[in-house]
Amino acid sequence: MSRVIAAISTAAAPAGLGVIRLSGDDAIEVACRFFRPKSRTKTLRETEGYAALLGRIYDSDGDIDECVALVFRAPHSFTGENVVELSCHGGLYILQRTLRAAIQAGARPAEAGEFTRRAFVNGKMDLTRAEAVMDLISAGGRLAAKSALITHEGALFRRMQKVCGELTGAAANLSAFVDYPDDDIPQLQPRELSRVLENARVELSALLERFDVGKTIREGIDTVIAGRPNVGKSTLMNLLAGCERSIVTPVAGTTRDIIEETIRLGDVVLRLADTAGQRTTTDEVESIGVSRARERMERAALVLAVFDGSRPLDEDDRRLAEAAAQKTSIAIINKSDIEQKIDEEYIKGLYKHTVVLSAKVGEGRDELERAVLEVSGVAALNDTDLLLANERQRDCARRSLDCVDEAISSLSSGMTLDAVGVSIDGAISALLELTGEKTTEAVVN
Amino acid sequence: MRFFAGQYDVGVIGAGHAGIEAALAAARLGCSAIIFSINLDWIGNMPCNPSVGGTAKGHLVREIDALGGEMGKAADATLLQSRMLNRGKGPAVHSLRAQIDRREYSGYMKHRLETTPGLDILQAEVVKIERGPQGFKLITSLDAEYSAKTVIIASGTFLKGRIFIGEVSYEGGPDGMFAATSLSESLKELGVSLRRFKTGTPARVLSSSIEYAKMEEQEGEEPVIPFSFETKKKLKNQVSCHITWTNTETKRIINENLYRSPLYSGKIQGIGTRYCPSIEDKIVRFADKERHQVFVEPCGLKTDEMYLQGLSSSLPADVQLELLHTIPGLEGVKVMRPAYAIEYDCCDPLQLNAGLEFMDIPGLYGAGQFNGSSGYEEAAAQGLVAGINAALKVQSRPPMILDRASGYIGTLVDDLVTKGCTDPYRMMTSRSEYRLILRQDNADERLTPIGREIGLVDDERWQNFCTRQEAKKAERKRLRETVLPPTEQLNSILVSRETSPVETGVRLEELLKRPQLDYETLTPIDLGRPDLDPMVREQVEIEIKYEGYIKRQQAAVDEMRRLENKLLPEQADYKAITGLRKEAQEKLTKIRPRSLGQASRISGVSPADISVLIVWLNSQRECN
Repeated sequence: MSRVIAAISTAAAPAGLGVIRLSGDDAIEVACRFFRPKSRTKTLRETEGYAALLGRIYDSDGDIDECVALVFRAPHSFTGENVVELSCHGGLYILQRTLRAAIQAGARPAEAGEFTRRAFVNGKMDLTRAEAVMDLISAGGRLAAKSALITHEGALFRRMQKVCGELTGAAANLSAFVDYPDDDIPQLQPRELSRVLENARVELSALLERFDVGKTIREGIDTVIAGRPNVGKSTLMNLLAGCERSIVTPVAGTTRDIIEETIRLGDVVLRLADTAGQRTTTDEVESIGVSRARERMERAALVLAVFDGSRPLDEDDRRLAEAAAQKTSIAIINKSDIEQKIDEEYIKGLYKHTVVLSAKVGEGRDELERAVLEVSGVAALNDTDLLLANERQRDCARRSLDCVDEAISSLSSGMTLDAVGVSIDGAISALLELTGEKTTEAVVN
Repeated sequence: MRFFAGQYDVGVIGAGHAGIEAALAAARLGCSAIIFSINLDWIGNMPCNPSVGGTAKGHLVREIDALGGEMGKAADATLLQSRMLNRGKGPAVHSLRAQIDRREYSGYMKHRLETTPGLDILQAEVVKIERGPQGFKLITSLDAEYSAKTVIIASGTFLKGRIFIGEVSYEGGPDGMFAATSLSESLKELGVSLRRFKTGTPARVLSSSIEYAKMEEQEGEEPVIPFSFETKKKLKNQVSCHITWTNTETKRIINENLYRSPLYSGKIQGIGTRYCPSIEDKIVRFADKERHQVFVEPCGLKTDEMYLQGLSSSLPADVQLELLHTIPGLEGVKVMRPAYAIEYDCCDPLQLNAGLEFMDIPGLYGAGQFNGSSGYEEAAAQGLVAGINAALKVQSRPPMILDRASGYIGTLVDDLVTKGCTDPYRMMTSRSEYRLILRQDNADERLTPIGREIGLVDDERWQNFCTRQEAKKAERKRLRETVLPPTEQLNSILVSRETSPVETGVRLEELLKRPQLDYETLTPIDLGRPDLDPMVREQVEIEIKYEGYIKRQQAAVDEMRRLENKLLPEQADYKAITGLRKEAQEKLTKIRPRSLGQASRISGVSPADISVLIVWLNSQRECN
């Protein structure tokens, strides 16, 4: 009996088509739960091997996309198991949501190299390739560990660690109370226990929200337009947004707060934030805006750093240029319609992508679009492993939350604490899976 | 001059709690066995607390009994007082603990060994183990040579034992016995790597010098629940224990004299138990705690010696007396034996396999404190496992491997041989991930069939077990099928227990599921209830009430067992497997796991490493 695994099998870069692959004894059964054939007389269950069926995929939120399901029956498939390949339209959001629908339907996110491993185990690969397969898995594991390491430094990880720590504390308290009946350890008060559980519930729910990569893709890449005052940030914003949103005046320092707009550049959605010009200022109101702008830039996934091409760079420019270059960013030299006095080489030395344009005249928009696509494409590619890791993390967080909910209801219905402890242990072990501290059933064939 | 003195299937070194179970199991399985003890008057001695059981340890005793061991029966026969700990904290953690008459217990065990056919008892110090043509040669200090096909080392704290009391230290075993000073060197020559652990015990004091009026009395609980599933005799509580507390004055004296403690002056090198600390350790580690609990426990009916649980110490004798006199009720106490710490040699259990056999020295087994554990119950559990496996080996039968889901015994052994231990290992309920399945009430269900298969469960016991299982099945069926009408009587009971009344007929099972209800409360309306064995009743009630949780844990168990059943070849060369990380290669080479399941529990072996092993296993299979 092998559990159904699922993964996005095409590169997570902007593309016309994307494929989700399911493999396992029940792959066809699982696919039936989120794929509805167009023809009422046909079902996936009755579809023969090597045959395709047109239909729609859906999840609990509704319809996702039209797609073609290709059925392979064991042993005639890549893995030697029952396989369903769903060809959807490209785009990370749709693929992500489809993968999640598969997981909701009972599949498990595939481990690195797991399809290949199954193919090997089922005799679909030559014995001489065994070592290559082992290397592949091991490399995949290292990559996953690396992406886990990335999240280790993140705020998300720290919050999760805090939840895990609190739950572990409660579990330890429960077991100390049990394991040392002679040491007059005070009982963990049910009220305190339910406070910890309630807290964990709130945190995990919030984390789950944040895990939603699909949401980021749907709602766009968090992008900030930054620059010292009057370099034309608002004009650029208006150019991209296609209408006048920011207050554009020739007086430097007009935009004192953050203005947001969602725009689409080709395949990519940007959530644009126009920020106050960053300069050293004595104006109290303006300085609040400036510090907000700096914070906002720190948080952003993409920074468009704007410079005034008609003036030499000053201290404020250089400080900003260096700060923004630390992030995924594009340098924009604005006001190309008038005489250029800027040190272009300095900027180009700092940034991989530099676009020269005139926001006012509307020149260079295409060039900017290309740069944005390239940068976000690279970001998406870099994200492929993270995406996979994230889907698994999300799965863990989800299971952890379920256990916490169960513990809360056990506690309130008056179950004994050993039963509550079982649920808490479940919540902790799901969280430990995230950090890779625990080997899971995932490795069982 | 060396002389040949006898030939046996199984030789057991040490007649403590581990050695006793090992020797009895081997002999009962039909092997000729010999057990060596440095002093036959102290067989099954309790050099520390005069009690058996306690949290998780009570589970171990029930499991030892269910498999066909002796400890539970001996404890029942010599019981002074019994309590079920953790009542109200849930069935998973209910644990029996009994105060024991230690002299009686020792006498019981000695007689049991004496009357077991096929088992010889000898007072002798084994000083040397040599490999022989048929297993091993055991040589005593009198130059007698015994041959044994298999050998179990259950040396407790005797190996190079050293006593510490303040500034004084001398070579010695527990309770004034002498240490075994030679065997360690011989073991090292065989290739066993040894290390130093330490443990300690409190003072024994004279009962008539204690003012009990200043203490809190703790009586036993009625009815007494026996450890053994076979004990039919009604047991009675015969004594009380007493509770008192240390205070700030005690704390002051300890703090002022810490520099005289061998532990803090660095004289003791051995590592002590984290979970059973000495009083000076507690004062240092929990500096903000004002007082610590002290239990005054009787050592027997025919003695006035009292044990002071919670006051284990290695402080000098004068300081011990001074600190005892600060404690309410002990102001004028007379010490009969001072507290001491003992340091001893033990092995690194990572050298053992899951059958407790040395992987590099087939036929040699370790059990008890020698394996790095602490506690009588932990020792007895390992002794039973080692004794059974030594006998099975002699008979060319496959070893008995108990997995983590079968009980605390399996968990204990797996922890020791997979994770090892850095300080004396104590069993705790939190060590098991399957607590709701591994309850003390169902130990027979989990282990008696295994004991039967091995041959330690006789027909009568097996019959009793089967009868209980039948009764349980019938009662569960009855509860599932009996529907009670929504009468006023039923609803008034429900309302009085603060649970919602019913409008339609309701199954008895549904009612028992409610946390507010139990068998007792349903008595007036459950008219068709048969006369049930209390053991059966308890199990049925727990199974129904915790069904959801038990199912969840059972699913986890099934998942675990799938990996457990994928065996790794003993001679695997992990260093030659590509794709394994270096750390994993080293750990796997050292621990040599039996199965993929055990491998996955080794720290430093990642899920990716396990995947690599799966592929490698498959390629091996195809090659052959």
